[in-house]
Amino acid sequence: MAQTTSEPDASAVRRLLPPRVNAETMRFWAAAQEGKLLYGYCDACHQTHYYPRTLCPYCFSDETQWKAGSGHAVVYTYSIMHRSPTGPYAIAYVTLAEGPSILTNLIDCDFERIKIGSPVKLVWRATEGDGTPPLPFFTVV
Amino acid sequence: MSIKGKSYIMGAFEHPTRKAPDKSAPQLHAECAKGALADAGLTKADIDGFFCAGDAPGGPMSMADYMGLRNLRHLDSTDVGGSSYILHVGHASEAIAAGKCSVALITLAGKPLTEGAGAPARASALGTRPEDAFESPYGGTTHNQYAMCATRHMYEYGTTSEQLAWIKVAASHHAQYNPNALLRSVVTVDDVVNSPIIATPLHRMDCCVVTDGGGAVIVTNREVAGQLKRPKVRVLGAAEGVKGPFGGSSLDLTVSAAALSGPKAFAEAGVKPSDIKYASIYDSFTITVLIQIEDLGFCAKGHGGRFVADGNLISGVGKLPFNTDGGGLCNNHPSNRGGITKVIEAVRQLRGEAHPKVQVRNCDLALAHGTGGSLGTRHGAATLIMERE
Repeated sequence: MAQTTSEPDASAVRRLLPPRVNAETMRFWAAAQEGKLLYGYCDACHQTHYYPRTLCPYCFSDETQWKAGSGHAVVYTYSIMHRSPTGPYAIAYVTLAEGPSILTNLIDCDFERIKIGSPVKLVWRATEGDGTPPLPFFTVV
Repeated sequence: MSIKGKSYIMGAFEHPTRKAPDKSAPQLHAECAKGALADAGLTKADIDGFFCAGDAPGGPMSMADYMGLRNLRHLDSTDVGGSSYILHVGHASEAIAAGKCSVALITLAGKPLTEGAGAPARASALGTRPEDAFESPYGGTTHNQYAMCATRHMYEYGTTSEQLAWIKVAASHHAQYNPNALLRSVVTVDDVVNSPIIATPLHRMDCCVVTDGGGAVIVTNREVAGQLKRPKVRVLGAAEGVKGPFGGSSLDLTVSAAALSGPKAFAEAGVKPSDIKYASIYDSFTITVLIQIEDLGFCAKGHGGRFVADGNLISGVGKLPFNTDGGGLCNNHPSNRGGITKVIEAVRQLRGEAHPKVQVRNCDLALAHGTGGSLGTRHGAATLIMERE
């Protein structure tokens, strides 16, 4: 087990590793490479969900489709993390215009401007490596 | 079938250490088991049921072999984080009611203070849990995930940092009497709200301690309990639950799985929240306590801030004496999992063996409740109701 480190390292930069892609999530990450954020929609119960699943987490139907969201959302809740070797960052749940709330970071914005209910929009960030999928983030509009 | 009245907590032991550079984690498990057996007046050969969770190195096979538990006929390694050991008392009671074991040992131990966070492994985008690729890149930690619940609770109900601080203040009033507590200084609301921000809106003093150590309890059937000399703590009701974003279409971070487990445990026990004389409430963070108190029905949803303020959780002062050992906020949170200490302090109270300064008068009915995992993502919960026979 690693020793606990409490000293912040000023030179440390938060790394964005590419996500592990599996047979079920492959199309989510392929769409991400085209700039589309997919969420789950169930043709049987008409509910939306995130992260997308093959079987609907509400009614368990397999009549799900993965739709591209508008990228518009509002902040459901957030916290500014100060205990971080790579500097403060904002973690948040944002509620997509299409329905589901998703865990993300709010980036490229003044933390003071973040409030519950603030409108935010989707931004993509590249991950390490060549041809790897980007990750979805949000920024305050 | 109900477990009501069919099992007894007859042994309880909290390891006195809070920092153990010279001991191994398996050793701490064994020392806790030995302590609980001695407390009960039983021997290792009597144990025929063994319960452990993710902190047990190698799980039940390695631990049974390491400790030499040769007579096991019932095993359970259900892991719901820090609430596992409260859940284990319920599962042990089920096994005892079904005749599958007669003397159940439950252990928790670990050394996060001297060995780092360790198990459970840090979440990673490369993990294989279904949510890993979608959540782990965003730097979620225990601190900031629970903090997001606090942000939302403040938004919906007007809860304040000062109200949350009262939870730590109450725990500190109790910890001053516990010679083994890691933090024994009484603190004020000002001390808490002026301590450094860890993850908004939570301050350092809103967070539990990190300690090495552990604990163990022994649950027996009625026949074994009748042969022992210790006061009898009878299990009346137990229930568990799990809650997560469940797809995120109706995210509600102000409600925990206590809303699922609490009512079932009260129904099985045949008692109501206002009957409870003492409550062990899992205190990984101050906000954890507040949300659980609401969900367990000690006050209405959204009224937790007012309920915990002004010393209402302090023994001898308020209506709901809680965590009279100092809790996870001041006393002990071994292996970053506090569940077993919640059961142990409830047993002390029901036996009349808590410190005289914090002992609840005529304490004949107690509750222990835990939340494990992350309140801000997915978590397990276990509620246990016990009485003095």
